[in-house]
Formats: sequence, C-alpha cells, structure tokens
Amino acid sequence: MTPVLSKAAIGIFAATFALAMTGSTIAPVNAADPGVSDTEIILGGDHPFSGPASAYGNIGKGIGAYFDYVNDHGGVNGRKIKWIDKDDGYSPPQAVQVVHQMVEQDHVFAIFDSLGTAVNTAIRPYLNQNGIPQLFVATGATTWGKDYKQYPWTIGWQPDYQAEAILYAQDIVRNHPNAKIGVLYQNDDYGEDYNAGLKKGLGSHQNLIVKMASYETTDPSVSSQISTLKAAGCDTFMIFATPKFAIQAMVFAAQQSWHPLTYLNNVSNAIPYMNAAMKAAGPSAVNGIITTIYLKDPANHARYAGDSGMKEYNEIMAKYLPSADKDDGNYLYGVSIAYTMVDVLKRAGKDLTRKKVMDIATHLTETDNPWAYPGVVIRTSSTFRYPITQMIAAKWLGTDWSPTGILVDTRSMMTTAEK
Amino acid sequence: MHDLAQQIVNGLATGSIFASVALALVLIYRAMGIINFAQGEMAMFTTYIAWQLVTLGFPIWAAFAITIVVAFVGGVALERIVIRPVERAPELTLVIVTLGLFITFNGLAGWFWGYIVKPFPTPFPTSPIQIGGVGFSAQDIGIIVVSLVTLGLITLFFQKTKLGLAMKAAALYPEQSRVLGIRVGWMLALGWGLAAVVGAVAGIMIAPVVFLDPNMMQSVIVYAFASAVLGGIESPIGAVVGGLILGVVLNLLGTYVDAIGNELRLAAALAIIVVVLMVRPSGLFGRAKVQRV
Amino acid sequence: MAAANAGQLSRVGVAIAVIAILPWVVPSFAVFDLIYVGAYAIAILGLIVLTGMNGQISLGHGAFMALGGYVVAVGVHAAGWPYWVGVPVAAAACGALGIFIGLIALRLAGVYLALATFSLAVATPSFLKHFKSVTGGFGGLSLDSVTTPAGIPLDAQHWLYYVTWASAGVAFLVTALLVRGRFGRALRALRDDPIAAISFGVNPYFYKTLAFAWSAALAGVAGAFFAITTAYVSPDTFTFALSITLLIGAVLGGIMSFWGALVGALVIEFLPLVAQQVNAGAPSVVYGVTLILVMLFVPDGIVGGVMRSIRRLSHRPPQPAFEPSVQPAAPVAADQPSRE
Repeated sequence: MTPVLSKAAIGIFAATFALAMTGSTIAPVNAADPGVSDTEIILGGDHPFSGPASAYGNIGKGIGAYFDYVNDHGGVNGRKIKWIDKDDGYSPPQAVQVVHQMVEQDHVFAIFDSLGTAVNTAIRPYLNQNGIPQLFVATGATTWGKDYKQYPWTIGWQPDYQAEAILYAQDIVRNHPNAKIGVLYQNDDYGEDYNAGLKKGLGSHQNLIVKMASYETTDPSVSSQISTLKAAGCDTFMIFATPKFAIQAMVFAAQQSWHPLTYLNNVSNAIPYMNAAMKAAGPSAVNGIITTIYLKDPANHARYAGDSGMKEYNEIMAKYLPSADKDDGNYLYGVSIAYTMVDVLKRAGKDLTRKKVMDIATHLTETDNPWAYPGVVIRTSSTFRYPITQMIAAKWLGTDWSPTGILVDTRSMMTTAEK
Repeated sequence: MHDLAQQIVNGLATGSIFASVALALVLIYRAMGIINFAQGEMAMFTTYIAWQLVTLGFPIWAAFAITIVVAFVGGVALERIVIRPVERAPELTLVIVTLGLFITFNGLAGWFWGYIVKPFPTPFPTSPIQIGGVGFSAQDIGIIVVSLVTLGLITLFFQKTKLGLAMKAAALYPEQSRVLGIRVGWMLALGWGLAAVVGAVAGIMIAPVVFLDPNMMQSVIVYAFASAVLGGIESPIGAVVGGLILGVVLNLLGTYVDAIGNELRLAAALAIIVVVLMVRPSGLFGRAKVQRV
Repeated sequence: MAAANAGQLSRVGVAIAVIAILPWVVPSFAVFDLIYVGAYAIAILGLIVLTGMNGQISLGHGAFMALGGYVVAVGVHAAGWPYWVGVPVAAAACGALGIFIGLIALRLAGVYLALATFSLAVATPSFLKHFKSVTGGFGGLSLDSVTTPAGIPLDAQHWLYYVTWASAGVAFLVTALLVRGRFGRALRALRDDPIAAISFGVNPYFYKTLAFAWSAALAGVAGAFFAITTAYVSPDTFTFALSITLLIGAVLGGIMSFWGALVGALVIEFLPLVAQQVNAGAPSVVYGVTLILVMLFVPDGIVGGVMRSIRRLSHRPPQPAFEPSVQPAAPVAADQPSRE
C-alpha cells in the first residue's frame, strides 16, 4: 500500500512538474493593450447578484442590455463590446478576486461600473498599480473625485453625495433660515458623506442642526428614530437613507402626525418608492417633499410619454431584457452610464489604448446622454473628476415630482484635490 | 414623558414584529428541539406568495387564506422531503440543512420577484391614530392583536384538541407515543406545517411595516431569536412577551443610553441571548428543562 | 498502525508537492484564489478541531477572522508593524478572545451555542463600525500590498502564496501534534466517556476551553491572511455570511478529517463561481440546494463520503481518516430507521 502511494506521489509530482514547464507561457504577450482586438473590446464589471445589495445587480444587467443594443447597431468603431459581469456579493474580498480574474484571465481592457464604496476601495490600488482604467464607479463617495492624484486610473460618475447634501443645505439657508433640522442617516460612509455635505453647505449655520439620528441597515424599523427627531422639536427633516428606510421614514413621520419640511436623498426618490409611502400612509406622507434629480425616472410614464430617450430605453428593455421590470430605475441607471462608456470609446477612435480612454474620460463634455435629466451635462477635466455635478431640485406634488426649474451646479463646491 | 410614551409604543409595535416570528421558532423547537434558521426566510417567501396573489387581483383576505394553506402544505412537504432524512442526525447536520434552506429561499425569492423593495397591502386603515399625543397606526394594533390571537389558538390547540395533545406527546415521548399508535413522523411534519403557517401570518402582518424584499426577515430573525430565548424557547407565551419586552427595551436603550445608541442594538440583542442562556436557560416563562428524547 | 501512518505520510507528501507546484501550472489569477483557499483552510481546520473533536458548533468564527484581520490591519496601518509580526499577534489576540468565549460556550449546550454564535456573527460588523477610531469605521482600512523581500526570486503573488500555505502547513502540523498528544487524548476521553475521564483527573473546562481558544487562534491567522491578501479590511468583509460559509466549508469537506479542511476550503472558494455558471440569475439557489443535497446524501462530507466508498471497494475494516475522529455527522440517513 505505502510503496504504491509513494510511487503515485512521485508520478503526480513528475506530471505536475512537466506541466509546470510547458504551462508557463500561457499568457499572450501583446504589444497593444489587452482586451482590444480588431473586432472586440472586452469590458469587465462586478455587481452584487447575491447577498444584501442584490437590488443593484440590475444595473449590471441594464449595462449588458445597452451593450447588446450597441453591438446590434454596428458596435463601436467597428468593434463589438464584450461585457463580462461578475458577482461580487457586495463583498470586498470577493470583488478583489473576480477583478483579478477578469484582468488576468479574461484580459479585460478596463473595469467599468463596479459598484459600492467598499468594493471599489478594495480594488482601486490593484487597478491603479497595473494601469487599468477603473471607469465610472457606481458610488457617490467623494474619494473618487478627490483622490485622483494618488489614483489617476479611477473616476466616478454619479453626483457626489456631499454635493447633493450641499444643495439641500443651501436651500435651507436661503429659504428657511430658522429651520430646526433633524437628520436621519444610514450609519456608514454613505450617510457620513451626506452629513459632511450638509454641514459644509450650512457653513456658519450649522447650529440649525438640532438632532441627528442614525440607523443600521440591520434595523427592522426606524420608528424610534423618527420619534426622537420629532420629540427634539425638529421642523425640517433630512432623509439620508436607502429606499426601504426612506419609505419607512416618510410613513412613520405621517403616522406620528409629524409633518416637517422634508428633504429626501436622490437614492430613494424613484416613483415606486413614493407611491409605496403614499399607499401606506396617505398623500400627506409625501406631499411637498423636496429632492434632486439627475436621471429620468422610467416609472414616470406620464412625464416621459413623448420623450425620445425614454422611448429608446423602452425599446432596449423590450428587446434585450424582456422579462425585466423596466420601471426599476436601476436598469435606466445602467443604460445611461453605459451610454457614457460607449461615448468615451467612440471618441477614443479606432486606435484604442487604456491611456487614451482615460484621457478622454477625464476631458469629457457629454451633453446628449438620452437618460440624463434634460440640461444635465456630464463634464470632466484633468483636474476636475466629478462627471455629474448638475441636478435639478424637485418637489412632490400630488402624483409626481415637479421640477422647480432650477438646474443647480455644485461644481464650484467640490474638493478637487486632496490637501 | 410624552416622548417616553411614544418610544414605548414604538417599541411595542416593533416588539410585536419580533414576537410574531419568535412564535414560529418556538413551535419548531417544541416539535423537534431544533432551531430553524430558515424560519424567517420561509415566512418571507410565503409573504411573496401573498403579494403575488394580491397583484394577480385576488381580494386581500382570499390571498391571505390561500397563502396560509400553501404555507401549511409547503411546511409539511419540507419536513417530509428535506428534514425527515436527517431528523435523527446530529444537531450539526440539522443546523446546516436549515442554513441551506435559508440560502435557498432567499435566492429563490430574489430570482422570482427581484430585490426591489415592494409595498405590501394592508387590510387596516392607513390614517394615523393619536391618543394623548402618542401616534401609531392601525397596523401596529393589528400585529399585536393577530399575535395574541395566534398565541391563543396555539394554546387551545395544544391543550384542548386530540391532535394537539398527540403532537405534544410525539415531541416529548416519541417511543411511547408510537406504542400508543401516534404516527410520530406525521406529527413532526404537522409541526413544520403549523410553524410555516404562523410564519406566513407573521410575514403578512409585518410586510406593510418593514416593506417587502427578500432580505426583510434578516433584520428581524436575530431579534426573534433573542425574543424566543428571553421568553423561554419552549414557551409560546414567552415568545410573545419576550418580543414585546425586547422591542421596548431596545428602543429605550437606543434612545436614552448614548453608549449603546442605535448602533449597538444588535450587540444588545446578542448580550441578551448570551446572558439569558447562561443564567436562566429556560427564559422567563420556560418550565424546568424538558429532555429531548 | 505503522502502515497507516506511512500511508498518511505519503498522502501528506503528495499534498505538499501539489501545493508547491500548483502556482506554476495554474493561471495567475487562480494563484490569487488559492491564497484565499489557504486562508480558508486554516480557519476550517480550527472548526474541525472545535466541532469535529470538541463537539461545539460555532456559527461565529467570522468574528475571530475579523479580529485577526483588524489586528494585522491596525498594526500595519497605525503602528507600522511588518506583516510577519501581525500574524502571530493576530493569533494570540484571537486565542485570548477564544478563551473568553470558550468559557461562555462551556455553559451553552449544542444548538444554543449555534444560536449565540450566529448572533455574534450578525453583530460583528456593528462592533467593527462602532470602534471607529481604531477600525476606520465603515470605510475600513487600506493596506499596502505585500512585496517580496529582496533576494527572493518570486513575484509578490507567488511569495504571498507560499507564505500563506507555509503558515497553513505549520497550522496543520501543530494541530496534528496537539491532537496526537495529551490534548487530543483528553478531548477524546472527554468525548467518549466524560465521567471516567473526569474521575481520572482530566479537567473538562481546561481542555474544552483550550480547544475553543486554539480554533479561534487559527481563525485569527486566517483573518490575518485575508486582510493581507485583500490589502483592505472593512465591516463588509466580515459579515455573517462569512461565518456561515466557514461552517459550511467544514461540513461539506468533512469534519472528521483534516483533509476536510482542504476540500472544504476549495469548495467554498469555488462553489460560488460554479453556482454562478450554473444559474447566473440565482447563484445562491444552486449553492443552497447543493448544501442540502450533500447533507441528505453524504452527511459526513466529501472526504467522509470518499473514504467510505474506498473502504467499501477495498472491503477493508473501517479506518478513520485521522485518528481522533468522532461521529458527529455519521451517515445516519442510510443506516438508521426513521421515526415512522
């Protein structure tokens, strides 16, 4: 028995060793950047298709649908986009692994729209060390725009959370100088970014903040926090919360007969969420709430009935994701951000390198994204790395967000480089 | 004072959520001496079935009734197919199997219905209720009342009906029960069916408050465990009282004790579980330890 | 006995050879995955000691990994330690916490311990967030990637691979020695006949707590390598899913044998990827169903199942894969009468 096994061991050893000798020349060495051939551009992304944040997985599917659409219409400068989208479960180690795999096995040209602040923080050093573009990450943390000197290959896309909060703060200072502000925020970097923006925007009026109440994503309900804010005498309510908790906040406030002036963060302002709150607690729960908008809302059928961009979106969804719920704004987010990606690749021309693509992504003026809110321009420069800084303030009146008509730009307020 | 009253009322409302899920956990524990880690996910899944039926146009009460039947059949089937083969296996195997069910039901719900938060219809009026400046909703009352009614029915069932007594006997003394002609295996399956029904009722009552998504129960299940342990894991009354106490205590700690705040609620629940299990494993309402045979 | 040992040794030899050569035959990204496999194997080894030998179920070993990971991260980040200092300190810190939790665990029987440790796993991220000044809060801590020391002709990835697996080797060796010595004899005695063991002077509190502490220390080492390899720690890294995954790895691999740690680590690393290929819409359904099926048909795990088939084929008398094996997950499904 033993000698047999030992022999087997030697055999396996020899075999593996032989394999090792022949197998070491697997990776193709190419003069051009990896991921680009005459017919194809390979892009990689990672989204949570399992785990707690799976709702955002639909962004990746929306992107895939748009790339299919582009490919069926001739592709980008004669090349088709191959989209590899992996499940990272919203977990940093898993994201690091799938990104290594996409870079080293699939030889992707760039990583596009990986989602979540922790995930992107984890993969950023690796991608930057290897000079691989980390394009248009799906998170609104400030670091993507601020730390570009240290991480030149990374750029965000959506409005910065701080910028949005600054807008609300300015509105308060201008129109409600005696407000007593109560804040409900998610206890993580996302909530903290909003708080930082709020304080920044209030400037010398920070004493207007009367009470701040945090919640955990593991909390079953935020009713206690709402009571705390109400009891503190707040008359102005900032909701810096993800959809489920934002809906709860609106509902509980109404149930406790608390009707403050309410500001709702963009993340949670999709029409279905507003309808959910209205159904649960009546129209008074949502009327008069203020928010900001930078993308069109696919669930807003009335407003966008004649909109050509929305028509195109509906066609894309009907053809490439026929069973999906196209009212889900995550798909539209995906389609819209994929438009910017394709735009950049188109501008980079036939002769595609990573450096060139990064250069274009950081010198961009995109005025025609069909799914951006009308008037919102996506703009970057080598020293300004926040692509979307424009938003429009809107107020909920009856059944829909009613734009106040003011397109605001937070460009001047963003931190442009780390001090 | 009035703020305190509001926090207590909120706590009772949240506590009733814990209580309703804890009740289902207790039923399984009584029947088999195991903790069903998938109980919350099963409840979530059946709640989606109710949502689907309502969306298809069924009247709300009809949808609930159908869901309860489906839950019962599903629970029995689950026991027969998945649990029975490992019924006598070591605890570890059962723990892993219920964790497998946890993962499977969560994935199935996401697969069928997506992960977007959905509103869930309530049969109760939505206008707020105010008493002495303290606000709450009809739904809050509804959850408590339904939990109490469920508790009453369970108690009656186990004490007054032949079937209930047989189930109790089968759980405590399987060998003797078999001699007496009780079909022990089926009694266990019935236990799973009942627990699934109680879970479905809990899910349907909770969903209008916490809103429906595949992860809705993950923020409830640990608190439900803590409630069950606090009340005594074999006691249905304990589950309800434990849940209500836990809801109020956590709210008061979160609001008035800065060191705990809202951030360490889970840690507080963990502490309650550990301390109760160490100091008084039978909980507030449990009787002397019953040996599982 | 001697023959069995020699057989065991040659199997270990094969394993070492394969592990040594593997990074040169697989694509480079897989080397990276295999580093995680090494870390998982160390953590699962700890669970095998705890669950397989000591009979305690822990759904909370992710908490020890978290502590280990953060000890390294904070040490390197704030105190400027070299990495090699961080790993043993992580082990020591987790061992200390393991003694504390082990003492509590003594009073929690079977499924109660599972319940308490499950709650611990769920609460872990909130602890990590709470102590912001040390842990960096939700944003976590970034680390510099490991570089190969001067004079060693390996790239950083291969260097880290060998360091991780060498540490795994040490962990396996020390654990094997412990298990064969006084410690293992005491645990076996306590398991097989606690009353006799205690009357012979074996202190159950001491040995059971020691087993818990050792398994916690191993999880700490695993967490340390997790942090070093990812070069980043955050509360999102150590969710309750990680704790559950570890126990799943131990049980799927087989908690009766050290080999179960290797197999289990491979399974939890690669099963999610396979699941994604099978059904991209619902990878977790594939994962969950696989888990249930394995429990129904091979309750003693993959290694246990393979050993049984080998035994059956060679008609040899039952021979445990490693000596101090217990029967916590014996193949009940097939052999025992049901309750009906």
